[in-house]
This record gives sequence, structure tokens and C-alpha cells, in this order.
Amino acid sequence: MIGTIHALLTGKKLSATELTRSYLDAIDRERELNCYISLTPEVALKSAEAVDLKLARSEPLQALEGVPFALKDNISTSGLLTTCASNMLEGYIPAYDAFVWERLKAQNAVLLGKANMDEFAMGSTCETSRIGAARNPHRRDYVAGGSSGGSASAVAGNLAAYSLGSDTGGSVRQPASFCGLTGLKPTYGAVSRYGLIAYASSLDQIGVITQNAEDCGTVFSAIAGFDERDMTSKKAAFAAPLERPLRIGIAHEFLDGASPDVEKAINEALKIYEKTGCEIVPVTFPLLKYALPVYYILACAEASSNLGRYDGLRYGPSAEHYGDLDDGISKIRSERFGAEVQRRILLGTYVLSSGYFDAYYKKAQNLKAAITSQLAGDILGSCDMLLTPTVPTTALKIGAGLSPVETYLTDICTVTVNITGLPALSVPCGFSNGLPIGMQLIGSPWRDYQLLDAAAKFERETDGAFLTRLDGGVRL
Amino acid sequence: MKYEMVIGLETHIELSTNSKLFCSCKAKFGEEPNTNVCPVCLGHPGVLPSLNRAAVEYTVQAGLSVGCDIAPLSKMDRKHYFYPDLPKAWQTSQLYAPLCIGGRVELASGRVIRMNHIHLEEDAGKLIHERGRIYIDYNRGGVPLMELVSEPDLRSADEAVEYLEILQGIMRNIGVSDCRMQEGSMRCDVNISLRPEGAEKLGIRAEIKNLNSFTAVRAAIACEYERQADILDGGGIVVQETRGFDGKTTSSLRDKENSDDYRYFPEPDIIPVALTNADVERLTAKLPELPRVREARYIADLGISPKDAAQLSKYRRVAEFFEAGGGNKTAANLILTQMFSRVSTEVERELWDVPFPAAALKELIALIDSGKLARNNAKTVLGIMLETGEAAEAIANREGLLSTGEAIDLAAAIAEAIAANPGAVSDYKAGKTKAAQAIIGAVMKSTKGKAKPDELREAVERALAV
Repeated sequence: MIGTIHALLTGKKLSATELTRSYLDAIDRERELNCYISLTPEVALKSAEAVDLKLARSEPLQALEGVPFALKDNISTSGLLTTCASNMLEGYIPAYDAFVWERLKAQNAVLLGKANMDEFAMGSTCETSRIGAARNPHRRDYVAGGSSGGSASAVAGNLAAYSLGSDTGGSVRQPASFCGLTGLKPTYGAVSRYGLIAYASSLDQIGVITQNAEDCGTVFSAIAGFDERDMTSKKAAFAAPLERPLRIGIAHEFLDGASPDVEKAINEALKIYEKTGCEIVPVTFPLLKYALPVYYILACAEASSNLGRYDGLRYGPSAEHYGDLDDGISKIRSERFGAEVQRRILLGTYVLSSGYFDAYYKKAQNLKAAITSQLAGDILGSCDMLLTPTVPTTALKIGAGLSPVETYLTDICTVTVNITGLPALSVPCGFSNGLPIGMQLIGSPWRDYQLLDAAAKFERETDGAFLTRLDGGVRL
Repeated sequence: MKYEMVIGLETHIELSTNSKLFCSCKAKFGEEPNTNVCPVCLGHPGVLPSLNRAAVEYTVQAGLSVGCDIAPLSKMDRKHYFYPDLPKAWQTSQLYAPLCIGGRVELASGRVIRMNHIHLEEDAGKLIHERGRIYIDYNRGGVPLMELVSEPDLRSADEAVEYLEILQGIMRNIGVSDCRMQEGSMRCDVNISLRPEGAEKLGIRAEIKNLNSFTAVRAAIACEYERQADILDGGGIVVQETRGFDGKTTSSLRDKENSDDYRYFPEPDIIPVALTNADVERLTAKLPELPRVREARYIADLGISPKDAAQLSKYRRVAEFFEAGGGNKTAANLILTQMFSRVSTEVERELWDVPFPAAALKELIALIDSGKLARNNAKTVLGIMLETGEAAEAIANREGLLSTGEAIDLAAAIAEAIAANPGAVSDYKAGKTKAAQAIIGAVMKSTKGKAKPDELREAVERALAV
């Protein structure tokens, strides 16, 4: 997709401005998908003009120049609304740019708008957004997933050529899986988090959602890199793609809760890999069962801390009628945070409270170390990558009304990757009732490109049969 | 009943690094409110901290100067509470793995006060109450601060103040802080409990927060002693709590039951701080001589009196000026009398902004030692040097104060003075040896101060003895 656009632009078949306008028009026609919180046409057209000027001067274009995309609404854009889909940040306009937006802006990437998401990236369906759920372009009464639901919906609906999301427990991979897209959660530290509005700092990572593996690699290479403003970002040491046949690990624990259709698609995918000469290595992951509680303890603990700054005193709306200062802070937080955000702040506050810290947070940290050692050490020591479902099911119907715990359980396959800091990729591998199924490839740190390479191989073997090519939006 | 005080201090010292702890904003006191701020120190959504390595090194140097062990791996933690001066709703501090561990401060009595640890943290902004409204100045928000926590080894207000003065002297000398209590760059919390004299078991303590002068420390301790002693005398139990001090009395801020739960947890945005042996060696090598060591050397090697040595070694710039200015008794005298009366406040002595370099003092002393300039006249010359910064010899020449080398007829001058002062002569003979000073003064006057004082005294005494 990105390559096609690049060829059309450099071949002067299409101007960047025309392309941008057709995306903006398509977004306007497809408002039903609800994938954008705010649009940024001036910024988009300004970048497009700069690209057209370069084309007129026959200057070469970089890969993402003139390519229209969407940024999740929790990525800071100076002068442009950034609300995290929350009433708490209604009208908030940041004073600075996130690292990834700096990078892409420097490449004249065309920012179409800020994508819909679950409030503060907390949710798995995008239904906690203040503007409601983004719709799944495959079946519009189904969710696009979460929390980066808007980012996935826009790409699947051809309302952006690619998008950036953030992935704290699966928030890039799960919507990619639900929408039949490729979604990369990079190695922790590969992409600077500077300007990503934090949910859970030790787990958050900015990720990429695209229509195929090649696009994903193109975008990833544009945003990966060391940033001295993020102490957890690292100088990349990516492993080169493997020349020999892959050894793909399969752990039955990941399949235990999977729906029959998902299990079938995973087994089909394994067969395809086997056919190409890959070796399938059965492994066991007994500690997987602790991943969800560990995730929810750590994520909520950090969230309760990170979201403390929203007190209505410096930016965003303020409480109108209140007694003393504490009352004002309580009021604005009670009024403006949604139920799921409040639930996670309360959970996190509880587990960090004196007397409970050792029982929850400390225990979770110990388990995190054990899980990491089992997954990154034992399992990935015996194979090149692990293949799992991305989600045990396909997308849920909008308004399905699962309880919080039922919703949390759907994150079982994805959260482990965030706890361990590993790279993982969701790759489309099947359909069930018109809804896509995704498989997840998990690799050792800095093997992000090996995962992308394995996904590209799968696309070739299956002739792109599982890639999303929907009507509507911008068709090239 | 008489009680023994048991006191431990938590001393907060702002580091004088150029920039703040987590961003590149200037860490400067007293500028226009909210001018040294950026998205990072204002805690805007999405920002991340980058730890200022200089602040780490300053804290390590502070630790080394009081004999702490330096942690090879230390970590930052978040301490949470809601307050408008704290824009992230947490203070980045260190609870679980501070930079410096242990340490000791020795009082003049020889008593050793053990340190528990020193940790690094960020300062908060400042609330300004004006016209019934509250304004917030975030310039101070994110300024690096170290907290030096002592063991409960102090036993009196005097010891507490002495301990603080020693810390202040050390930190100023090694250049990590200006430690100005009046500006808030040094402040302290006092933990105090009482126990019957001779008892082993510690009493229940109260913590008095945020004392910002030595006077306040002394007064708060005296107050708190009275309060706790009254409670104990009446058979009551002291409540463990945090108290404030308004200059007259201490009053409860919050008790243990209602104390904040800070929900500390490891700061995920800051990677652990690693310090190698080589780092520690390099920082040790960079440390200047500490005031105590300097003081001892002045007494032992330079023959300076203990009182003068203490004064000279207190301020690093004064000490350096003294040493470069000759490092002898004459230099000490000139600095501590004439120069100190001119450069009189603590801050001025700290800055030691004098109009001439130490080498000029050395030249002045050379004139005195060579006999070209009498001591009395040297004072005149130094007075002018302090005004204009001119060189000693030029001034002495202009004022006609230099001995020309021509012989003074000392005997004649003395005889003249004795004849002119019969009263002083008879006083002297009656045993008032001080009366000789009148004769000496008269000779000095008639010789325009060119007589060498030692020689003159001897000659006058000889003449009077006849």
C-alpha cells in the first residue's frame, strides 16, 4: 500500500494534495466508522503541498513522504487536539510534539487526524471512548477492537494508509487482529515513548498498524530509534532476518481458551509454515496463567500514578463548584474520568497502598521476572519465535456488554508480551463469519524484523488471501 | 523529671546544578515566576524525565564528603500526593535504593553523628499567597534536592545546629550547594523524642517540618522539649505525628493515623543509576579538601590559632584566598580583621567578591615582612586596596608610607617622646607597663610610622628601664 502510493507520487500519476483530499473526502463519507476523534486537514494539506513542491522540483521522496496516516489520540501533537478520548482532556492542545510525530513530520508524512481509542487506552473494544466505539469495517456492527480501535478501523476502511497506535497489553495487536491487519508491538525501548500519554509506562510501546508486513516494516523503520528524552529507549540492535528455515514454537496453553475457528486457523497457519520447511517445536508455558493478574496489577498500579496529574488545575477542564482543593480535585476526577479509567485507578491505588504493596505489586514484579525468564529464556531459547492466536476469539458485537473481568480475559495472549518487553506481531491468518482472525508471532528482543519477515513469508505462501481489501474509502 | 532529647534530622539541600533534575530548564532561584519551566517540569501529559547526571554526581560527592558508601546501583521511586505545587502528583525521590548509604559527621566534642543515607529527589513548585488568591510558581519544581537523613544521635539543640553548620560548611566547600537557609536552599525536619535520663528505650517522636533557619531549629527543639516533657510529667503519652512550627510554638499538622499514604513504587521511566568504582574514584579525586581537614592543617602546619583556623576554613573562597595570599599569620590577621569587617555577611563571605586578587595580598605582606611598610601603615594601605583594588606598593608610594631605607634616628625620636610625655614615663615606672604604648605611639607619629614595631618596642622599653 505504502509502496503503491510512493510509486504513484514519484511517477507523478497523482499529486500528494489530490491524494490527501481524496482521503479527507472519504473520511467525511465514512463518518459512520467513527475512527477519527479529530481531523487535521490543514496540517495534512501543508505536508502534501511540501511533497508536491519536491515532486515539481523532481527531488526524491522518502518512503513515507506524502503518505496519509492516522495517529492515535494519545500521541502528543503540538497545537493539535490530543484528548485520549477522555472528557478529562476535552479541548486539550499540547505544547510539544511526540518523538514519533517529530520523525514523521520531518518526512512530510501527511497527518489526517487523531484516531479514536479507548479512554486513556484502557479497554479492548474502543467502547470506553468519549465518542463511542470505532466500527469494524468488515462488519460494521462489530467492534474494531481496542484500545487502538480507531487506528485499525481507519486502515481497514481505507481511511488512512497506515496508523500508529499504542500497545500496553495488546492495544495494537488485538484491533489489528479484529480488523484483518498487520500490527506490530515493537521491542520495549525500540520506539521512544516521549509524547505518548502514559497509561502504564513499563508496558507502553508505540506500535504500527498496516495492511501488510512490508508496510509495517517501512513505518517501523521510520519511527524506531534512540531518543535521549526517553531513558527507556535504546540504541537499536535489530537482528537480521534468518536465512535458515524457522523453528516455530507452539504452546498449547495459548490455545486452551481459543474458539474452534481461531484454533483451526492457527493450526492451518502452522501447516503452511511447515510446508515451507519450518520446524514446529512444541513448548510449554506453565506460567502463562499468571500473566493476566500480573498485567492488571502492574498496569493499574502505574496507571493510578500516571493519571494522578489530571487534577483540573493546569490544563483541561476544571471543576466548577467545589469546596476546598481536595474537593475540587475529587470532583473533576469523578466527573471527567469514565468508569473503566476510574476502575483501574482505584485498583492501582489499592495495590500500591501501604500494607498491600508486598501482597500485590511486589508479588507481581516477582512473577514478571519468572514469566520473563520462562518465555524469553526457556521458550524462545528453544525456538526462533512463538506462534499463538492474537485473541482467543474474533471481534465482539458492539454493545455485547461483557463484564470487566470477561473483557480482561480476552487479553490473555497479548499481555505476556508487554510484561516481558518482547516484540510481537499480529498477522491476518483467517476469517470466521466474515470477521478476520489474527495469529501472533512473538520473538526475542530486537528480532522485530525477523517477525516481519516471517509474516511476509506467510503472505507470499497464502497469496495474501487473508489481507484486508475492502471496498470503501480510498481505493488505489 | 529531667529528660534526654533524642534528635534525628532530615536535611534538604538544593543542588546548585545548572539545570533541573529531569529537564534542561535553568535551576535558578529568584527569577520571574514560571519562566524556567517546560512541558517536562510542568508534568504535561506524555512527557518523560531524563536524569541529570550532574545532580547524581553532586549527591555522590556530598556522600563521599561525609563518608557514605556509594550504591553501585541506585533507583528512583515515585512518592505520590495531590498538591498544586506537584504537577505530576508524585515527587520523584528514592526510597528503596538511595545513592549514598551510611556516613558520619563528627562534632567538635568528638561525638560522631551517624548518617542513615542521602537520597536524591526533585523539589516542588512554590505557592504564593497574594490578595486572597493562590498563585503557583513552578520555577523551583524539578530543581534537584538531596535529603540527608541522620540517625537519632543528636542530644541537644546545640548539637543539632552544630551538625547543620558542619553540613552547610562541607556542602558549600565542595560546591554542591550554596546552602542558604533564608532562600530555602537548605531546610530541615527535626525528629525529636524524650526519654528519662539514663534510659535506653527511645520515646515516641514527633517530626517538626520545614525549619528554615538555625534559630528556628533551636527554638523549635526548645519548644518541643517543653511540650513533650509536660506530657510525660503528667503521665501522658506523646503522639507520633507531624508538627509545624510558627516561630513560637509547634502544632499538629497530621497524626500517624491520618498520615499520607505515599504509595511509593519504583519509577518505571528512569533506568537505575549505575556508578562504577572508576566513577566513584574520579568523583573522590575531584573533591576539594574538606573544611575540617583544612582547619587542622592550618593549626598544625601554619601555626594559625584554632579560632582563626576555623574561620578561615569555613568558606572555600576565603580559604583559597588565604592560602594564595601567603597562608601565614599576617595573611590570617589581615583577612579576619580588616577584610572580614568589610565583607561581613555570610553570603558575602561565601561569594568573597573582593576588588583585588590573593596575589595582591601577598605583595602587601611582602612589603610588611621586608620592613618597607610598617604594620600600622599596612592597615591604611589595605583599606585603600579594598576601596580601589590598586596594588599595595603603588598606594604606599603615593601616600608616602614606604620606608625609604634611610636610617631613622630612633634614639633621638625616643628621647624626644620621653621628654614630651612625662606622665607616661612616671606611670610606666610605677608599674603600668601599658604606658609604654604612649611613647611608642608618639615615636610612630614623629617617624611617620616608619619605625619597625618590634624594634621600636624593644628600644622604648630599654630607654624607660634606665
